[in-house]
Amino acid sequence: MALFSIPHIRISGMAACVPRNREHNSEYHWISKKERDLFRNTVGVEVRRVISNGTTTSDLCQFAAQRLLADLAWAKEEIGLLIFVSQTRDYLIPATSGILQDKLGLPKSTITIDINQGCSGFVYGLSIISSLMNSTGIRKGLLLVGDISSLNTSYRDKSTHPLFGDAGTATAIELSEQAPKMSYNLEGDGSGYDAIIIPDGGVRNGLSKKSFDYRRYGNGIHRNNLQVALDGVRVFNFSLREVVPNLRTLLTFTDRTIDSVDYIVFHQANKLINETLRKMLKIDPSKIPYSIQKYGNTSSASVPLTMVSELGKELTSKKINLLLSAFGIGLSWGSVLLETEKIICPEVLEF
Amino acid sequence: MSIEEFITCIENEFEDLKPCTLKPSSNFREEFEWNSIHALILIALVKIEYDVTLTASDLVKLQTVQEMYSLIRSRVKT
Repeated sequence: MALFSIPHIRISGMAACVPRNREHNSEYHWISKKERDLFRNTVGVEVRRVISNGTTTSDLCQFAAQRLLADLAWAKEEIGLLIFVSQTRDYLIPATSGILQDKLGLPKSTITIDINQGCSGFVYGLSIISSLMNSTGIRKGLLLVGDISSLNTSYRDKSTHPLFGDAGTATAIELSEQAPKMSYNLEGDGSGYDAIIIPDGGVRNGLSKKSFDYRRYGNGIHRNNLQVALDGVRVFNFSLREVVPNLRTLLTFTDRTIDSVDYIVFHQANKLINETLRKMLKIDPSKIPYSIQKYGNTSSASVPLTMVSELGKELTSKKINLLLSAFGIGLSWGSVLLETEKIICPEVLEF
Repeated sequence: MSIEEFITCIENEFEDLKPCTLKPSSNFREEFEWNSIHALILIALVKIEYDVTLTASDLVKLQTVQEMYSLIRSRVKT
């Protein structure tokens, strides 16, 4: 458990970008209409935005960052730090953050760092950029978070293909002596590393001819070892076991109640998971924004995408208290309690 | 919680189940077209109603409503 607070950090703006291309789960004919309808009603995904023509996560993040920097009127020379959080990077090597530094026209003095995190990536990334800016005195930083998980799913895997969508986001972070502290509770359990995994293509299990062989793992689940395997029941139970205690511990640490928070933004894992968490926490539905119906599970991008998509008006017009909770692959999970006030937040962009 | 209450709870959750059809001896997988999403719905229901976790191996082992009821009862925190 890592419970800590970071002072003097302000979120100045957020932007999110999704591919223009839509895939409707009503047209996912690998499964029967009855099963499709059950999936749409229970898991909650109606439409997913899916990349085409070789678009990468960094392209989506770059587009979001360019718009955000223009709206903020930030000079590129002022940006001292760029952190890119993703599990779908441009190349095995080198890191993608350096490529983004160049494409965004940032100076050589901008520190660039890649972080390999999925579902919990925004909360982890925010904690790292905030603490690094706090300790170094860097005044302006960019947190670019996103994934194109659709690339890694098998069409013939009903547990993943209709679930994942693609998105990239950009968050502008500023050092500000007046900013209220953010408080975090970050946790992880590496023993669950194989609950969500692409087994081959890394160093442990290199690419081989067998990596491309499709196997049947259950009714409606056919995939190869270069595609994501999701152990649904294990991930479901992990989420129900860990998220609520994580949030309660953070609230106790900060001497706050859940009623004092305006919105709780959950990782858009699956509507059934999030609704079960909501009922366990006894939270009014009006406090839980959802974007999963429009975009699917967008992995690391889902928390900032939901903020931009569902809370854009509130973010731009007033002060709001937010509890962000992200959980999944790793296994990794974390939450942050923070306040935003009249930030720059354009509507969701299309690429 | 009686087994009758447990059965009502399950029947209310699954649209495909006709009321008053499920019995303690019923195999819930055979009552309608069971799939992996039904498993998640059942896990969520049991977690919310009884604060009990059902694992994947529990679901493989359990056959009847009575077996599930007994397992949940044995795990309910008093």
